[in-house]
Amino acid sequence: MQHHHQSSQLHQSAEAHEQSHHVIAVKTYLMIYLALMLLLALTVGAYFLDMGSHQINLAVAMTIAVVKAVLIVLFFMHVYYSAPLTWITAVGSLLWVGLLLAFLLADYFSRGWLDILGK
Amino acid sequence: MQASTSTLPDAGTGRQILLSHFDDLDQQHLSSNLGMWFFLVSEVMFFSGLIGAYAVYRALSPVAFERASGHMDLWVGFFNTLVLLTSSLTMALAVRCSQIGDNRGIVRYLIATAVLGTVFLGVKGFEWKQEIDHHLLPGPHFVVPAEDAEALRAVSVGTDGQFDPVKYARNLGHFQMMFVLYFFMTGVHAFHMIVGVAAVLIFAVLAQIRWFSGYGTTQIEVLGLYWHFVDVVWVFLYPLLYLIG
Amino acid sequence: MSASAHARRDDGRPADYLSDTSVASWLLTTDHKRVGILYMLSVTLFFFVGGVIAGLMRLELMTPRGDVMSTPDAYNRMFTMHGVIMIFFFLVPAIPGVLGNFLLPLMIGARDLAFPKINLLSWYVYMIGGVMGVWILVYGGVDTGWTFYTPFSTMYSNTYVVTAAVAVFITGFSSILTGLNFIVTVHTMRAPGMTWFRLPLFVWSHYATALIMVLGTPVLAISVVLIGLERLFQFGIFDPKLGGDPILFQHLFWFYSHPAVYIMVLPGFAVISEIIPCFSRRPIFGYRFIAFASVAIAIFGFLVWGHHMFVSGQSMYAGAVFSILSFLVAIPSAIKVFNWTATLYKGSLRFDTPMLYAMGFMGLFTIGGLTGLMLASLAIDVHVHDTYFVVAHFHYIMVGGTTMAYLGGVHFWWPKITGRTYSELWGKLSALLVFVGFNLTFFPQFLLGYLGMPRRYFEYRPEFQVLNVMSTAGASILAVGFVLPLFYLLLSLRKAPDAGPNPWGATGLEWQVESPPTTHNFHEPVLVTCGPYMYSPEEAEREYASQHVHTA
Repeated sequence: MQHHHQSSQLHQSAEAHEQSHHVIAVKTYLMIYLALMLLLALTVGAYFLDMGSHQINLAVAMTIAVVKAVLIVLFFMHVYYSAPLTWITAVGSLLWVGLLLAFLLADYFSRGWLDILGK
Repeated sequence: MQASTSTLPDAGTGRQILLSHFDDLDQQHLSSNLGMWFFLVSEVMFFSGLIGAYAVYRALSPVAFERASGHMDLWVGFFNTLVLLTSSLTMALAVRCSQIGDNRGIVRYLIATAVLGTVFLGVKGFEWKQEIDHHLLPGPHFVVPAEDAEALRAVSVGTDGQFDPVKYARNLGHFQMMFVLYFFMTGVHAFHMIVGVAAVLIFAVLAQIRWFSGYGTTQIEVLGLYWHFVDVVWVFLYPLLYLIG
Repeated sequence: MSASAHARRDDGRPADYLSDTSVASWLLTTDHKRVGILYMLSVTLFFFVGGVIAGLMRLELMTPRGDVMSTPDAYNRMFTMHGVIMIFFFLVPAIPGVLGNFLLPLMIGARDLAFPKINLLSWYVYMIGGVMGVWILVYGGVDTGWTFYTPFSTMYSNTYVVTAAVAVFITGFSSILTGLNFIVTVHTMRAPGMTWFRLPLFVWSHYATALIMVLGTPVLAISVVLIGLERLFQFGIFDPKLGGDPILFQHLFWFYSHPAVYIMVLPGFAVISEIIPCFSRRPIFGYRFIAFASVAIAIFGFLVWGHHMFVSGQSMYAGAVFSILSFLVAIPSAIKVFNWTATLYKGSLRFDTPMLYAMGFMGLFTIGGLTGLMLASLAIDVHVHDTYFVVAHFHYIMVGGTTMAYLGGVHFWWPKITGRTYSELWGKLSALLVFVGFNLTFFPQFLLGYLGMPRRYFEYRPEFQVLNVMSTAGASILAVGFVLPLFYLLLSLRKAPDAGPNPWGATGLEWQVESPPTTHNFHEPVLVTCGPYMYSPEEAEREYASQHVHTA
């Protein structure tokens, strides 16, 4: 199983070289920053807008927050230029938050459906 | 991250030092990067427990949360979000400088990041002071403002349309709960900011004295990931705490 | 890059990772093998502390009246400390901390874990939490049960709940650090040619464990922080009077603590997957199924936490969903048991000590798992919830499963870790005593629970006494079985290394280097060209013919 081998060419991280040192242009950073500022203005603007129900307001605010977070993660945190594993890590953590929230809220919303006290 | 065990001949020059248990620099860089990513995953889960508590109590008493949120100054929050997003930009530029080997740029942008982070913390502290002065810090001195108590009394009605004291008590409790969560979430976030500012300052000094090998690309990138994560948390906290109703 | 991998040899015996014996060299080590040894010493200590408490409890329960402990409250503190110490300071760190740290880099052909300093840090963090745990024990203990349920823990308990919460919080960080170290190591440190499907199943299981550690532990951290805050300031986070919901704590707590069961048992699977093929002289049956089953357990394990809350006031609909999902999580566990059994089929079985432990594991884990299915059924759970049936069930998983696997693993890799062989006779005796003692202790508890004896009381109705006496008698046998290895394993250290690199004729990179290994593990860069468990039928026949040589 063990062989003498002098080079590390076979190492699986060899392809990571260009990915890990991708230099993003200053212009791109500034564009992203500008987009974040616009979204920030938008989220405050949406707050003052009466959209009929609080649920819609919440949904809009959260959507804008997610878009902002995605921009930061993709470009400031370089995920857009990173290996699939980084994508999986970033998406996976969000998925797990969703999982916790979904099961947690499912309990609270379905309480009382049975019309038996305490169920 | 010290490299005392390095055996490479070019240690100390422009090239990054390789620790002895790694095969090559790419492996070393990838490991540090992934390590921070998985640490951030655990940080996300840490905050998600709080978001879970927030979601449950807000769903149970939406009006109480709206009234409580009304006491937070949305423009101060706006200003702080702006400051923090800007600090993320300067941090990203510091990382860029380390990638292209611009040592002066690294120091400049790191200091800018630390200054912006400190401004955020200062404003946050000022906000807390205001809230504490208004008896909104949960605990024995907490007072539900009269107009909020009135509003909550109005919505505390049972199925028969009559005033329901149990519901009223729960709404008052959830009014305070919003502040418990507000102080706790912003407090934990501020703690992360303090750690971040300290680390950014240390890194600025280390870059200034050229302590890093290879311009500290790996180290500064990893620090950048942390900083941006703290920023992302705030991006969610701002609408959840300030922009309700 | 081989320059950094060289190992310096002395004139006499080659220097190994144990050669430097100064205290500083141990306390400042970043060698994954030495950190493993540090963990071994500390988990053993905590295991015996927790074990002594268990012994006192069994003594108390020998008679229906309270007589050994002065007050019911003392008994409450005992079972709480038993749970806290055994779960947070023994079961969670035992196999990953000891065997995982020692073996993971060796198995994938690496010189160390990706973050050696963080690895050492994880041990220190763990020890800080552990010392706090012992401090609490000495100063009177906690009486909330290891689950810290509100409102008792936040409003009524007069014990060191906050200190215990801080201890658990701190220890959690050690777990997170170990987890992220393992994940990164498996991703980036594999030797050339060590593809994912050439990884030993030990590595797969530890990878799955590490995922749970990173994803679950922070939620435990936040839930115990909330307990601490609530207790100190009475904010009403969990106080119904102020609109809080105690069940929210249970949700957050079990979001970690159910997956934590898999943190404890997946590393057990890891050990068994190595022992079974070696002592059957057959390639493992269904490699990919076992590998994916580990990951599936890690993922599905996060979807079932509500089955701890069937009678807590959780909605019936949520209960039904959690019940169905709990049934589903049995599938990957069953896949593993079936595949191990299929590996045994027509193998050339050799019943050395590690194999005896592994066989014990398979039987006991299966019973524990099947009773778990009973508990996952809503109707049965309402009947046996909070009875000794539950106690017996999780001890079959944690003692019959994890502890058996840990001991099996320690016996399997002891020659590698120390370079010494131990007395097979005593080894087999200890395995047998543990198996018999365990069943005598915990099987009666299934019956007790089914008959309705509630857990966590220090007195009980006289008609339960016969079964309780059986249980206590079993506990004394179990204790002997646990103490024995301490003696003969330590005695084996008195002689010169005699194990040789591969005493069991096992496959795997760790068996191709000296015992004990050198500091950098391998003398030459490793290139892997074949998968694990290459136990061929021809080789099996040869082994079978020379079987007596190994068992002598």
